[in-house]
Amino acid sequence: MVKISDFLNKSAKDNVLKALADAESKSEYHALLSLTRERALERAEAVDRGDISGRLAGVPFVVKDNFLAFGAPTTAASKILENFEAPLQATAVEKLEAEGAICIGKANLDAFAHGGSTENSAFGPTMNTYDKDRVAGGSSGGSAVVTALDIVPFALGSDTGGSIRQPASFNGVVGVKPTYGTVSRYGVVAMASSTDVIGMFTTDAEDAELVMDIMSGRDAKDMTTLPDFFSVKNEVPLNLKIGVISESMTDSVDLEVRSITKSYIERLKEAGHVVEEVSMPTAKYSLAMYYIIVPAEVSSNLARYDGVRFGVRSKKAKTLSELYGMSRDDGFMTENKRRIMIGSYVLSSGFFDAYYLQAQKARTILCNEFNELFTSYDILISPTAPTPAFKLGENTEDPIKMYMSDIMTVPASLAGLPAINVPAGITELGLPVGVQLIGNRRDDALLLSLAKSMEVK
Amino acid sequence: MTQISREDVQHLAQLSSLALSDQEVDNLRKDIAGILDYVDQLQELDTTGVDPTYQVTDLENVWRDDVIDDYGIDRDDLIAIAPDSSNGQIKVPKVL
Repeated sequence: MVKISDFLNKSAKDNVLKALADAESKSEYHALLSLTRERALERAEAVDRGDISGRLAGVPFVVKDNFLAFGAPTTAASKILENFEAPLQATAVEKLEAEGAICIGKANLDAFAHGGSTENSAFGPTMNTYDKDRVAGGSSGGSAVVTALDIVPFALGSDTGGSIRQPASFNGVVGVKPTYGTVSRYGVVAMASSTDVIGMFTTDAEDAELVMDIMSGRDAKDMTTLPDFFSVKNEVPLNLKIGVISESMTDSVDLEVRSITKSYIERLKEAGHVVEEVSMPTAKYSLAMYYIIVPAEVSSNLARYDGVRFGVRSKKAKTLSELYGMSRDDGFMTENKRRIMIGSYVLSSGFFDAYYLQAQKARTILCNEFNELFTSYDILISPTAPTPAFKLGENTEDPIKMYMSDIMTVPASLAGLPAINVPAGITELGLPVGVQLIGNRRDDALLLSLAKSMEVK
Repeated sequence: MTQISREDVQHLAQLSSLALSDQEVDNLRKDIAGILDYVDQLQELDTTGVDPTYQVTDLENVWRDDVIDDYGIDRDDLIAIAPDSSNGQIKVPKVL
């Protein structure tokens, strides 16, 4: 697979033209919603002239279409933002551009990042890299597929409950969800502010380290960013104590997923690490917590899409309240409406204590379980998803079935912990399976250095 | 089974500023009842005396200087992305 270094010290224009040509020749996967051809070529010429330089000079990349970026609309894969031309760029994009990277297009997602398959896109689903009858995973499905197809060496995504890790697992690439607050979210369409993080897809851990090094850091425009802490660990981690979350290896998890995870664990032992089973009794409740807390935050964050200041306004509306209601009904997908309404329900008077407050208290118990484990263990491991990529349409009728694909990834999100997907093997049907490494808060560099040391070159 | 009536759904839609069609009300009634049933399992957890976790950064009171920053964005550019405007103002239907 291609690496960032394959694009360095080459003609930026050639790099960009090749990436654009690849994107077009692989358009049947529907991984991209738009190409930023004109702006990308202008920037490539500037790099080739020497006007822009840096650690990513001339390297093409893709952003999930919930990142505000110039050169194409920012749709969040929704009708309501179909024609939205961003007046500013996300800090993450600005930082990459400052190092000479060139955004060539915007990737498909579940509308407003609500989903686990990219089937909730208003513009149609993305196909899995390994089997076009299967889902890309989601919500950052397009970003995972453009990376897995070698169109670009890296792509940006957002992860609220697994939206980077699960599609990375389904498409056999590295997917990084940093510690909450590591990368600025300024200029990224907000979903659930207490768990949303920005991360990346790459073909190996070393490239993820480089992109993390560039994107991470405190941003005055995002008050939730942590003081700078990330720095790449070059030494190979030795004698780590690693805990396997036993609740993630039960019979309800696909047999091949378990056996591939077990072989990765064997390799960790061969590398000299101590691996033991650990228990997280509250983990089984994390999906229930998640589907109270996240819709509550969604209902608040999506209130801004009302057809007044930006986005598409319903033409049928005659009064202001019709304008809100009709613009939102036309502009949102069914899953967006489900989440907004569940949020309104759990926050409404009479239900607040039983649902929202109870979930936030349960979240404390979950965080305490993680804290307790990290007093004895350096890293935790589980499969990233309970199954390999499922078939298109397989889970669309039943929202709960779709939510279950996030069961392994949600706990680290609720606790704000760093977690990465590492490709670990291929099933008999030829579908990739990934394992998830979870670290203590701010241990992002340790996770990446372990992943790097375990890669088979 | 959590009981959700069509009226409940319509009330939630109103709280959420969503003008749903009748078909959507029926479908969402079933979906919302199913999701509430699923999340009800949280009632099994004993959370007596546990404080809620609303955020996971440990950051508190992040201050900035009280100076206006337009983040380099021009007012006219923001008005230009509104669906309707007139004389530099965003236009909406009559409120009263």
